[in-house]
Amino acid sequence: MDERVDPILDIRGLRTIFRTRGGEITAVDGIDLSVAAGETVALVGESGSGKSVTSLSVMGLLTRNVGAIAAGSIHFKSKDGAVRDLVTLDEEQMRRIRGDDIGMVFQEPMSSLNPVFTVGDQIAEPIRIHRNADRKSAMNSAVGLLDQVGIPDARRRAGQYPHELSGGMRQRATIAMALACDPTLLIADEPTTALDVTIQAQILDLLIKLQRERGMGMLFVTHNLGVVAEIAHRVAVMYAGRIVEEGPVGEVFRNPRHPYTLGLLASMPRLGEATRMKQTGDKLAAIPGVVPSLADMPDGCAFSPRCSYAIDACRVAVPPLAKVNAMHRSRCIRWQEVGR
Amino acid sequence: MSAAPFLTVRDLAKHYVSRGTKLNILEGISFDIAKGEVVGLVGESGSGKTTIGRSVLRLVEPSSGSVKFDGTELTTLSAAQMRRTRPRMQYIFQDPFASLSPRMTIGEILTEGLNIQGIGTRKERMDRARNALAQVDLPAEAVNRYAHEFSGGQRQRIGIARALTLAPEFIVADEPVSALDVSIQAQVINLLRDLQQRLGLTMLFISHDLAVVEYICDRVIVLYLGRIMEIASSADLYARPQHPYTRALLSAIPSPDPDAPRNRQILKGDIPSPANPPSGCVFRTRCPVAMEACAHTIPELREVSPGQFKACIRDDLN
Ligand SMILES: Nc1ncnc2c1ncn2[C@@H]1O[C@H](COP(=O)(O)OP(=O)(O)OP(=O)(O)O)[C@@H](O)[C@H]1O
Ligand SMILES: Nc1ncnc2c1ncn2[C@@H]1O[C@H](COP(=O)(O)OP(=O)(O)OP(=O)(O)O)[C@@H](O)[C@H]1O
Ligand code: SF4
Ligand code: SF4
Ligand SMILES: [Mg+2]
Ligand SMILES: [Mg+2]
Repeated sequence: MDERVDPILDIRGLRTIFRTRGGEITAVDGIDLSVAAGETVALVGESGSGKSVTSLSVMGLLTRNVGAIAAGSIHFKSKDGAVRDLVTLDEEQMRRIRGDDIGMVFQEPMSSLNPVFTVGDQIAEPIRIHRNADRKSAMNSAVGLLDQVGIPDARRRAGQYPHELSGGMRQRATIAMALACDPTLLIADEPTTALDVTIQAQILDLLIKLQRERGMGMLFVTHNLGVVAEIAHRVAVMYAGRIVEEGPVGEVFRNPRHPYTLGLLASMPRLGEATRMKQTGDKLAAIPGVVPSLADMPDGCAFSPRCSYAIDACRVAVPPLAKVNAMHRSRCIRWQEVGR
Repeated sequence: MSAAPFLTVRDLAKHYVSRGTKLNILEGISFDIAKGEVVGLVGESGSGKTTIGRSVLRLVEPSSGSVKFDGTELTTLSAAQMRRTRPRMQYIFQDPFASLSPRMTIGEILTEGLNIQGIGTRKERMDRARNALAQVDLPAEAVNRYAHEFSGGQRQRIGIARALTLAPEFIVADEPVSALDVSIQAQVINLLRDLQQRLGLTMLFISHDLAVVEYICDRVIVLYLGRIMEIASSADLYARPQHPYTRALLSAIPSPDPDAPRNRQILKGDIPSPANPPSGCVFRTRCPVAMEACAHTIPELREVSPGQFKACIRDDLN
């Protein structure tokens, strides 16, 4: 991550906090992450690990007065080549970047679609605003985009309201909307989680194709390791607000060096494996215990209460991200002994 | 299944009328479950999995068809007779958050069913509750606590314990692990498999996750738009799927293995609406090998190899 050239997104030491009734919690604690043009980076982890908070921090969409970036920088290279720290921008400047330089797709398509406007109007709007296009040519572009994301009969669909589309088609429409201004970075937060597997396969295929054609960078948030292997070049595994392992997908999944990644991979039932496991009486290797509460984090390594490799030294300080090799990092003091 | 099956479902159908349109939610559903067997019910959202599970327990009334449990026809039982049969059949819900009352202690939740049935003294009921908690690896003192004090995985264990207090012989588990994170999901799957084996439970296991189903089920029913597409043993279904839909479904599942061949077969289009199902084979609008004849013939579920059934008119596929 350090040696790589020319990222379009470069997050350094990001710390995001929330003020809650029980006091202040640190939802994201010192994250370094970069995305290059033409690269897909997956952020994976279980519920509450801080994936969405990380992406909301980048987009400047944290709920005001509740959440805030307490430390770190988020350098972003916009289309004009200018590199700016998003943390220092005001709301108006961020608004211009969102939807123009950065496209966004969320889990629930209805959260980005307005029920009272037609799909075509909603896609045309950012084109009119950011591109100064007239109504008619913006609508033509919108129809073209709907066609590109694989919506049949795009012109007719453009005139329909969101509720008239199926879940998969709505997600295609939000992707079209995110792409309207030709962003250099697409942030997709669980874009296929609410969809059926056959529709998920369609959307993943579409995103892979669009990402390649346009040479966009993509930050892809998911909790599904299968989806990561399908779509991403690199993966960052999050646990309790920190990245615990990071590297090229093939390398990390073949040769995991953090006990949590190892545990996640082993706890997933795999097609074709289960029949054999039944015959041999083998069980899935569940990770014991539960994710710690952010309000009550264990000392040192946050995974230590659930880790079968844990020793006293693990509880002394938060382990640093150790360098497994040029591309691969693990936040475990025993990474050399961890493996399959 | 040659021995008398424990549960027999024949020609089950469910229709709803919505805004004047008839919705054919389930059509011609027939299957058997033997005693001690775990049968998986898989299919995409809206395919009718929950409706089948609930119809079997008569939590919804089927429009037509027969459900026989241990020799007794359930669809014609009076409400009182049904109430007496209920404890033998239990339902485990998907959502560990919504299915437990926030105002009741875990003890109250676990003994509610026994209370309604008038089983045992107060002390005996509490003993059964503690015993059920032990079965799902939760401490007995949990009886005095409330659902919100537990994590998602623990709440799902409580949901399972609730089903167990009545010592049921048959359980419908409706997506019991879908709301859980993978590391916790594995704990609950292992627990369910363990309990099933130890108690000899018969189970209808509903899930949209085919890998979970493979791990836990002896046989699998594949559903599409309220019709059965294929039934086979897990061993056969995953190694040699016969129906084009089963094949597509299996190939759509993303594998975490970076070395797995990525030759996904991507189905086009969307699942049709039950208000307007395709004629003939309901899968034909998305089937990659559909022919002219598929629009005119409703495929029968036929045995294509011992114990493996498919509803597809084509025999020339490999
Ligand atoms: N507005 C908020 N106020 C207080 N805490 C918050 C807020 N938003 C998020 N958090 C907390 O921050 C932590 C990280 O949440 P985040 O939404 O990033 O998780 P996630 O990894 O995206 O999980 P999921 O897979 O469930 O979407 C959680 O503990 C969450 O409770
Ligand atoms: N009371 C009702 N009135 C009208 N339609 C209904 C009713 N209940 C269910 N349906 C419809 O029946 C179909 C099957 O629903 P069901 O809940 O059984 O699907 P499912 O396979 O369990 O889906 P999921 O995976 O989303 O839980 C859906 O199209 C649903 O909209
Ligand atoms: S640092 Fe220690 S507790 Fe943490 S993952 Fe490594 S071995 Fe386990
Ligand atoms: S009957 Fe025809 S449409 Fe249906 S699954 Fe078979 S080939 Fe496909
Ligand atoms: Mg999230
Ligand atoms: Mg359901």
